[in-house]
Amino acid sequence: MASFRAHSVLPGFNLALGFTLLYLSLIVLVPLSALFFKTATLGWGGFFEVLTSDRVSASLRVTFLASLAAAVINAFFGLIVAWVLVRYSFPGKRIVDALVDLPFALPTAVAGITLATLYAPHGWIGQYFAAQGIKVAYTPLGIVVALTFIGLPFVVRTVQPVLEDVEAGVEEAAASLGAGRWDVFRRVIFPAIYPALLTGFSLAFARAIGEYGSVIFIAGNMPYISEIAPLLIVSKLEQYDYAGATAIAVIMLLISFALLLSMNALQWWTCRRGAR
Amino acid sequence: MSITIENINKHFGTYKALDNINLEVGSGELIALLGPSGCGKTSLLRIIGGLELADSGKLLFHGEDVEARDARERNVGFVFQHYALFRHMTVFENVAFGLRVKPRKERHHEAEIQRRVHELLSLVQLDWLHDRYPAQLSGGQRQRIALARALAVEPKILLLDEPFGALDAQVRKELRRWLRRLHDELHITSIFVTHDQEEALEVADRVVVMNKGKIEQVGTPDEVYATPATPFVYQFIGNVNLFHSRDHAPWTQQHGDAVAYVRPHDIDISTSPQDDTALPVEVKLVRAIGAIVRIEVSADDSCELIEIELSRERFDTAPLACGDKVYIRPRQFRVFETGETNELSAT
Repeated sequence: MASFRAHSVLPGFNLALGFTLLYLSLIVLVPLSALFFKTATLGWGGFFEVLTSDRVSASLRVTFLASLAAAVINAFFGLIVAWVLVRYSFPGKRIVDALVDLPFALPTAVAGITLATLYAPHGWIGQYFAAQGIKVAYTPLGIVVALTFIGLPFVVRTVQPVLEDVEAGVEEAAASLGAGRWDVFRRVIFPAIYPALLTGFSLAFARAIGEYGSVIFIAGNMPYISEIAPLLIVSKLEQYDYAGATAIAVIMLLISFALLLSMNALQWWTCRRGAR
Repeated sequence: MSITIENINKHFGTYKALDNINLEVGSGELIALLGPSGCGKTSLLRIIGGLELADSGKLLFHGEDVEARDARERNVGFVFQHYALFRHMTVFENVAFGLRVKPRKERHHEAEIQRRVHELLSLVQLDWLHDRYPAQLSGGQRQRIALARALAVEPKILLLDEPFGALDAQVRKELRRWLRRLHDELHITSIFVTHDQEEALEVADRVVVMNKGKIEQVGTPDEVYATPATPFVYQFIGNVNLFHSRDHAPWTQQHGDAVAYVRPHDIDISTSPQDDTALPVEVKLVRAIGAIVRIEVSADDSCELIEIELSRERFDTAPLACGDKVYIRPRQFRVFETGETNELSAT
């Protein structure tokens, strides 16, 4: 035990560690292991049967691909929003800053209904897409829209403070050394904010995978096309197929955990290279 | 490369940062821009470097107008007070940065970049740190790396913004001498900004004293110290005692309102009046600081302190103690009319 402990002026290592473990167990580990236990009642055979059914694998594909697309969109545009909020001052900046957090506060069902109405073929925005022959609401594209909406704050809020930390002097130094704008961004700014951007990306990604409320209203929920895995879980619950529901949950959990772990590893690796 | 500055003006909102600045910097000179904070010295430096644009006026490098060229086209090396190193890059990559971002046609081969960077790192005596990151270096080392980085692109002009401002006194002193030696080796036209008069006087060929967006005096370190052109320069460079003509008419020898400026080491002390202009004073404080002894006295009828500096040797021949009544007389002084001095009373 003593070998873990570095000397610290702050006391209470044992107490703090004990509390952390207890807390995490109660909040995260116990519910999750209950999930695994319930799934175990299916046995391996039943588990694989659920997993390999066409409807389940299609919904998993929809969930993860839409989440990935939404996280990529958020990473790109969230970076621009953060950039504008940090680098420029303009009237109403504080209001724009506050707007960024709204997707956190809004009940997701409200967001889903609103977006569905707007993007419906006769909605305010949807009619223009419809004119181009693009259907947004009630298709996988609608899922991406909803997931982009709810994931926006993550990238902005993680990148913003880091970007504020990059002093303008660094950019000026790069410019005086002859670097063009693209070089300044690629070689100086991006490496500095990259870890934060990756964090924001994985948070938005994780949030999108678990999202339910907003998606079901805009997705149309057509099996094999626009049905997300969380919805499938709910419908299995409604049919009293508890073990089947937890089986899908377990597989989502495992995939998400693997993805987040690999992103953390990537971040750890780049940070170590940066020796910060 | 010579620099010519003609009638440069710069406002920040309603605040006039630079007021009609004219300055000529010769090729290979090392110039100090000296002044209190907010005097416009950094703005002037940033305008020369292309990091800021002047509202009006002309800026010529070697007779060529560079106003339209932005920072990356001016071929100017810039060193910042807080180093501005790229913290995710090693020392080597920091120095190599300027070489790596050159347009493809002008870019050197990797081997040539390696050779050049190591040469520069040896020049700043830090080659052994080439694979460290900036966070692992001390302040003095970081600033030397920043300088090596600026020199990598072979600038014709080197601009340094308070380069030693964030360092402690000992390191500062060392780096000052080192910068001077480096300049003597490379002969790049260099301008550095400082608020530290000692730094400016010790390092620069010529000192430009600035105040409130204007140039007060341009001259060699000796000139600005020995023959200050304005009351401001008198006060800013070195210590000075002020004697108003109201109270000390025989010294100022002026009819109107005037102030005599006397350096602390230009005052004689004696126990009996030297002549009828001598001022009777009482010793309030005696403090020996290294090789000099600082004495504060005040005239009988006022509480204003007059500062006097004596060499230790001289002090030892006639020691003084607190409460002694003595007479003082200036050996050397300079008189400015009050009209001129009003300006500086605000500073």
